[in-house]
Amino acid sequence: MIRCESVTYVYQRGTPVETTALADVSLEIRSGEIVGIIGATGSGKSTLVQHFNGLLRPTRGRVYLDDVDIHAREVDRRRLRQQIGLLFQYPEHQLFEETVSADVAFGPRNLGVAGQELDRRVRGALERVGLDPDRFGPRSPFALSNGEMRRVAIAGILAMEPRMLILDEPTAGLDPLSRQEILDHIRRLHDERGLTIVLVSHSMDAVARLCRRLIVMDRGRVVADGAARSVFADPARLAALGLGLPQVTLCAQRLRERGLPVRPDVLTVEEGRAAILEAVAVRARGAS
Amino acid sequence: MELLRSFAFGQYVPVESPVHRLDPRTKILAALALVAGTFAIGTFAGLAVLTVFLAAAIAAGRIAPGYVVRGLRPVFWLLAIAVALQVLFGEGGGHPVFRRGPLVVTRENLLLGAFYGYRVVLLVVATTLMMFTTSPVELTDGMERLLRPFRRAGVPAHELALMMTIALRFIPTLLEETEKIMKAQMARGAEFSQGSLVRRARALVPLLVPLFVGAFRRADALALAMEARCYRGGEHRTRMRQLEMRRADYVALAVVAVAIAVALGPPAAWHAP
Ligand SMILES: Nc1ncnc2c1ncn2[C@@H]1O[C@H](COP(=O)(O)OP(=O)(O)O)[C@@H](O)[C@H]1O
Ligand SMILES: [Mg+2]
Repeated sequence: MIRCESVTYVYQRGTPVETTALADVSLEIRSGEIVGIIGATGSGKSTLVQHFNGLLRPTRGRVYLDDVDIHAREVDRRRLRQQIGLLFQYPEHQLFEETVSADVAFGPRNLGVAGQELDRRVRGALERVGLDPDRFGPRSPFALSNGEMRRVAIAGILAMEPRMLILDEPTAGLDPLSRQEILDHIRRLHDERGLTIVLVSHSMDAVARLCRRLIVMDRGRVVADGAARSVFADPARLAALGLGLPQVTLCAQRLRERGLPVRPDVLTVEEGRAAILEAVAVRARGAS
Repeated sequence: MELLRSFAFGQYVPVESPVHRLDPRTKILAALALVAGTFAIGTFAGLAVLTVFLAAAIAAGRIAPGYVVRGLRPVFWLLAIAVALQVLFGEGGGHPVFRRGPLVVTRENLLLGAFYGYRVVLLVVATTLMMFTTSPVELTDGMERLLRPFRRAGVPAHELALMMTIALRFIPTLLEETEKIMKAQMARGAEFSQGSLVRRARALVPLLVPLFVGAFRRADALALAMEARCYRGGEHRTRMRQLEMRRADYVALAVVAVAIAVALGPPAAWHAP
């Protein structure tokens, strides 16, 4: 549904400090996918996703939504931003209303939604991120914990009912429990509501748990794009890009080095557990 | 959507050049002298002399001319309005060159308007050149040293310098934050550049509230960090970077003085009819 064709983006063009943040990036994100974008800090992840909803205009190249150039004159920018929900990094810094409900209502209200429909959307969005609308709705967003603020910000995007949800480092700086909760909600949005999800992250564990497909960026270029399993099968290459492995994958590979025949391409703790049990069973059979 | 692009005025350009290497005090004094000189000069020829000098300094500082022109953009409208007022509503009398109804444009007012405009351009170029070639930290160090003799008279040199350092340090941060929050709210369907004036003013609320909240949060964190490092003001503080006036600095100041002197008192021959 989103397609980038040779997108190049240069910040501060024509000044002594100009930076090429994206260089000739081509990729496609299909409807219903859940894709992870990983890469070291400064590799251009945030710049890339801001092209998806038209906040940045490519210096060269084109971006299409459903085969329509999003910068074509007849494209309605608000409709574009309604369809492609983008959550920025540290989204709790964008909250401004007096109550949580009012803040979540900001997006849909800008789209002209009002009355009961608005109410329904706000309540629905809060519920989907696990916040009770009656308890949290009337509270001030500034009196919440960091994890709660971030969930309010996600609700603010969900209330616009987008087809695609892009989350830029949604778990950065959170405690492990909040991180887990947010990832669970994201997974549910994909599994139960069929939202297309793009997850930008430098937590390998998060993308391994959620994403089938990974896009790896390095200094403004896409250097790998494919199944998560195959990307994590090459740890040396990832290390060269300043990236690591999910902890469970690392664990499996270390066990293998020590001689236990564990499958090296596990991505989740459950898979890891199954693989280790199997390897132990195989060895037990061999010994007997 | 890129806010910082138009913000060239007062941005340090980190390149290597003889001008960059000068002591910050030299550059501050030179800029002050040039500003004062520009106000004292009363002839086009004088301004032309300074223009040549500034052009040479820009070249020596390895600053792209286009970048200097860009630095003029923020004051462009101010400049245009000032010149227009002078031309249209300056003193009566003189030689009219254009007349429509009550509007009379005289040759004298045209010349005066051009002169004032020229002068403002030179003022801005002189100060931006200093800003382009001196890092904010050097600038405040230089200021503090220059103000130090006035401490006896009650001038809080260190505190002023600290305030300036903090302000300069946080202006880019605030701009970045502004850009980010604007984009985040635009992603939620906000529009900042459309609609009536009232609507646009109201559209600023979702921008300003988070901006202020963020500024207070930062101020808090900064105060805490300073206390944690036992900061207690300027008394007995030593410095890591010692400023030092070298020969190049005295030469530079002498060149500036000569340029201003020439600009102020052009030889009588220049006035020959
Ligand atoms: N607003 C901006 N102005 C200038 N340069 C920027 C801006 N935003 C990002 N950059 C630069 O663009 C490059 C890519 O940044 P970004 O997309 O934020 O990377 P990531 O999200 O992967 O950390 C970096 O070198 C960064 O310094
Ligand atoms: Mg980023």
